[in-house]
Amino acid sequence: MYDSPTLETKLDTKNIKIAADNVQVYYGETHAIKDVSVQIQEKTVTAFIGPSGCGKSTFLRTLNRMNDTIDICRVQGTILLDGENIYDPRVDPVQLRAKVGMVFQKPNPFPKSIYDNVAYGPRIHGMSKSKADLDQIVEMALRRGAIWDEVKDRLHSPGTGLSGGQQQRLCIARAVATEPEVLLMDEPCSALDPIATGQVEELIDELREDYSVVIVTHSMQQAARVSQKTAFFHLGNLVEYGDTSQIFTNPVDPRTESYITGRIG
Amino acid sequence: MTDASISGPAGKPQLKKTSGSLLELDKGTRRRNAAEKRFRIYGMAAVGVGLIFLLVLLFTIVRNGVPAFTQTFIELPVELSEAKLDKSGNRDVEEIKKVTTFGYSGLINDALAASLVNEGITSPFKKASDLNKLVSSSAAAQIRDYVLANPDQIGKTVNFEVLASSRVDGYEKGRVTRVALVNDKNLDAAHLDVADQLKAAGTLKRKFNWAFITGADASESRPEQAGIGVSMLGSLFMMLVVLVLSLPIGVAASVYLEEFAPKNWITDVIEVNISNLAAVPSIVFGILGLAVFIQFIELPQSAPLVGGLVLTLMTLPTIIISTRASLKAVPPSIRDAALGVGASKMQSVFHHVLPLAMPGILTGTILGLAQALGETAPLLLIGMVGYIASNYPDGIASGFLDPNSAMPAQIYEWAKRADPAYYERAWGGIIILLVFLMTMNIIAIILRRRFERRW
Amino acid sequence: MPATWIFLIVLALAAIGYVLGRSRALASASGDSRNLHSLPSYYGSHVALYAAVPSLLLFGLWLIVQPVMIEHHVQKLIPETSYTSQGELNLLMSDVHRIANGLDYAVRNGTLGAQAARDLSTETSDIRAVLANSGVALGSDVSAPTLVAAKEYRALSVTGDSYRAIAVLALALAGLAFAVIKTNRDFRARNAVERVILSLLILAASLAILTTVGIVLSLVFNTIEFFKLYPAMDFFFGTTWSPSFGGGSQLGILPLFWGTFYISLIALAVAVPIGLFAAIYTSEYASPRIRGLAKPMLEILAGIPTIVYGLFALLTVGPSLMAVFGPGTGLGWMQGGTAVMTAGLVMGVMLIPFVSSLSDDIINSVPQSLRDGSLGLGATKSETIKQVVLPAALPGIVGAILLAASRAIGETMIVVLGAGAAARLSMNPFEAMTTVTAKIVSQLTGDADFASPEALVAFALGMTLFVITLCLNIFALWIVRKYREQYE
Repeated sequence: MYDSPTLETKLDTKNIKIAADNVQVYYGETHAIKDVSVQIQEKTVTAFIGPSGCGKSTFLRTLNRMNDTIDICRVQGTILLDGENIYDPRVDPVQLRAKVGMVFQKPNPFPKSIYDNVAYGPRIHGMSKSKADLDQIVEMALRRGAIWDEVKDRLHSPGTGLSGGQQQRLCIARAVATEPEVLLMDEPCSALDPIATGQVEELIDELREDYSVVIVTHSMQQAARVSQKTAFFHLGNLVEYGDTSQIFTNPVDPRTESYITGRIG
Repeated sequence: MTDASISGPAGKPQLKKTSGSLLELDKGTRRRNAAEKRFRIYGMAAVGVGLIFLLVLLFTIVRNGVPAFTQTFIELPVELSEAKLDKSGNRDVEEIKKVTTFGYSGLINDALAASLVNEGITSPFKKASDLNKLVSSSAAAQIRDYVLANPDQIGKTVNFEVLASSRVDGYEKGRVTRVALVNDKNLDAAHLDVADQLKAAGTLKRKFNWAFITGADASESRPEQAGIGVSMLGSLFMMLVVLVLSLPIGVAASVYLEEFAPKNWITDVIEVNISNLAAVPSIVFGILGLAVFIQFIELPQSAPLVGGLVLTLMTLPTIIISTRASLKAVPPSIRDAALGVGASKMQSVFHHVLPLAMPGILTGTILGLAQALGETAPLLLIGMVGYIASNYPDGIASGFLDPNSAMPAQIYEWAKRADPAYYERAWGGIIILLVFLMTMNIIAIILRRRFERRW
Repeated sequence: MPATWIFLIVLALAAIGYVLGRSRALASASGDSRNLHSLPSYYGSHVALYAAVPSLLLFGLWLIVQPVMIEHHVQKLIPETSYTSQGELNLLMSDVHRIANGLDYAVRNGTLGAQAARDLSTETSDIRAVLANSGVALGSDVSAPTLVAAKEYRALSVTGDSYRAIAVLALALAGLAFAVIKTNRDFRARNAVERVILSLLILAASLAILTTVGIVLSLVFNTIEFFKLYPAMDFFFGTTWSPSFGGGSQLGILPLFWGTFYISLIALAVAVPIGLFAAIYTSEYASPRIRGLAKPMLEILAGIPTIVYGLFALLTVGPSLMAVFGPGTGLGWMQGGTAVMTAGLVMGVMLIPFVSSLSDDIINSVPQSLRDGSLGLGATKSETIKQVVLPAALPGIVGAILLAASRAIGETMIVVLGAGAAARLSMNPFEAMTTVTAKIVSQLTGDADFASPEALVAFALGMTLFVITLCLNIFALWIVRKYREQYE
């Protein structure tokens, strides 16, 4: 219903990073995601919006197989990352998650120093040869996370001592440090105050230069501000997917319109 | 906010990026997955080792303890000779009493010799009295008691089932070997030949040993006669004391701390105190019992009452902690509902909260009792060990106040005795103790399952 | 009047009081219970409580205080020349008790008239024979002062008992009367009853404090007594432990400390790795079904009484170790089945669930978001556990291990049966050593004279044990509590 001819041509102008095809997700008996197909572009911010419980977070977690950690969850269909099916039995989720990083709803810094938080990923993936290397990676990531100036003097104090917004940017820096190709963000601003939210949104916009960013948000304004593409989920279905401007100004599906105008959700 | 673009791609360190195909495992991942597998196996091994310990422990207990439940008996027709037992012939019980057990052992020897002849077994011994070692020294007392109860049987031949001596019993159970008997003055290999033949003739039999479960402790030299019954009663009386005291006091203390206590330093002190008491070594409670109940208040030593008091103090903290947990589990809405219709705080607690928390409280109490039932160390100090529990208490008061042992103390006592025949008793006692503990735990689990409420 | 009777009479008075209070309240409201402030049963309970509670408290107090006071008084009747030490005095006093009880028994049996018992004298009759006649056996002949003391003891007990009966019953009646008079339709009976109940609840709660006070007092007094007889420095820093009841004992605690420490160390070396890995497995890897099975199974180990472990050490583990390390195999490290290793291994098995259960809870309380964060970065599960979960749970796990250590230090039965009795300072784990707890038991059991330093030392040992475990517990519980608060 979303693939109108005009959209199709636009999609082709950029490379496809992730292509999901007929994805079904079950939690035990519950059919949580119903037949979702979507193509996520490189160097683009894609927003997943929809009412609570619509499956947008669930779908996000299928993209780096975080739902493997839930015993009763089953996934069917294919999700291709750079043309390779990430649900292929040969794929190690560990290797996949190094490529597809994730930032969570609540800031979750490890109870370690700021430095160790950021260095954690590079360390476990063996990305640095020396201490100096690692220092450089950490600094880069913290700069990328737009928090370097705030923490450069206290790299060895605990990450849990930062404010909420700083913690979340630290978590983004931590995710960026492993040089992922895709960054998944699950409502990254829902636990933050408006000022911190503004900072994180600004950061997301910058990250677009190097990564594909997929962000789940329940705030339509936020989707409109940060994303180029928007997907609207409703009751486990992908209702509509397209350019953000088009979704918000001229939605095709009546359900999308109802949601945007505030009649459902 | 443009730090990233300042340093730019050119400034990036040379990274070993994981940019290969997802379908091939790179070397690092393979190594890490191996580590993952190893770690997981350590965990499984740890659980496995723990379970193996449990199984070995249970297996050892059962293998060593089950023989205590059977005992070797010898069937013996004994002629209650009038000439020896009642010379006057007037069946006066006072007269018969004058014949001591020593007088009866001659009868047993003769009976043994006769039954050997009957079965066509040639005795390897010259004297009939050498056969005596086959039979427990309790046999004489057993026959004497019978005669005193039935004086009219004197002069007749009566069939008795007497205990075989502990060495013969051990031989039947494989504990005693001929080789081991070389240095043993209690029995010779020749006795075993006789025992084998008696067994073949059906006179010597192994039977279920009720006396072990119901009987009293015996002296050091008669392990075949020892039973755990009396100390079981001792434990029972102790548990009665613990139950009667710790349930109401524990509930009262928990109700106060959970529902009424103001938040101040006194309450804090009580709370810290209770959780610390729960972790104080049990032997310290024994010292307390010795100093306060026995030295200061001068309650009798070895009495189940004192044991019960000490165990009450020991289990109270546990019971209070679990009771408070069950009180806490009752949602505040219940209290609010009661207060809302005009009940007093006290009424809301006693009419609503407490009944709802009761299954949890009972479960906790039963588990506390189980802990108390198995506790030994404090009982050592208040003298419930070293006492030979040979008499049943006669009546309730005597049950609480007369010296007695308790099951775990009795087991300890047996474990200390030199004769290995007592080790078998100790293991057997453990089986009985564990059966009690298991029953209590099962009751607790059933209570919890049955009345568990999810709010 | 015998104690049981007093008790029953007080209960009867309380029951009567209930009926009285109830009917008086109803009468004052002219039979209509709606006119009363509280439900009629509260008026009844009010009177019953006033009748029973104060009098029973007095009764309990009396039961404790009277023997102590009589004891004190009677002791003075025994001439100081007849004993040289506290121990001898104790023996004399127990003779006094035995004679007094014997006389009581004889009077009750009818073998001795009440008056005759009072008039007994060592000059006119052989007390030992008199008592033996009525079935009371005495160990030695009775001296004149002892008999006098015994008779005084009896006389005082009888007087005390009658005063007790009068006082208790009078208080019960007074309470009853007071409460009945107060009863009328406007009296707030429910509030009064609830106040009494509340104070009973407080009393129950403070029993925990009383227990601690009792422990501390009984330890402190006897420890002071001990240090009067034996220098504290020698006790704390002596390296030899050789008590002899004849005198000239050396009572240095260091060898016992070393044994305790060594055995606990081995136990923890067994329990901590196994318990910790088991906790990690059950909390992080196992499916709910396996977890639901493995966890309670492991906890059975904690529910097995320590006497069972003691027997297991003595009769199974000891001999098995002997078969491997004993002289028979040429290794010859071990001389007997009871050794530090035997007790340590078995204690380690016992402690596994103490470590695993608490650690499991603590690992479970580490927030899932931390695990997600780590997994989301591409860490494997074991990397997540080792580098994120365990460091986060570390304080709690340390607390769990400290609690297990305090358990190990205070454990008695396993070391009494499995560790041997010789106090020595040695590094060889296959040698028999002994511990603080084992020596407490051996010094206080048997016919020890409680006034000798050899018996009193047990209290000093107990004091040391109590202080050490208390510090460990407070510290461990504090850590665990702080840890829990962090994630609540």
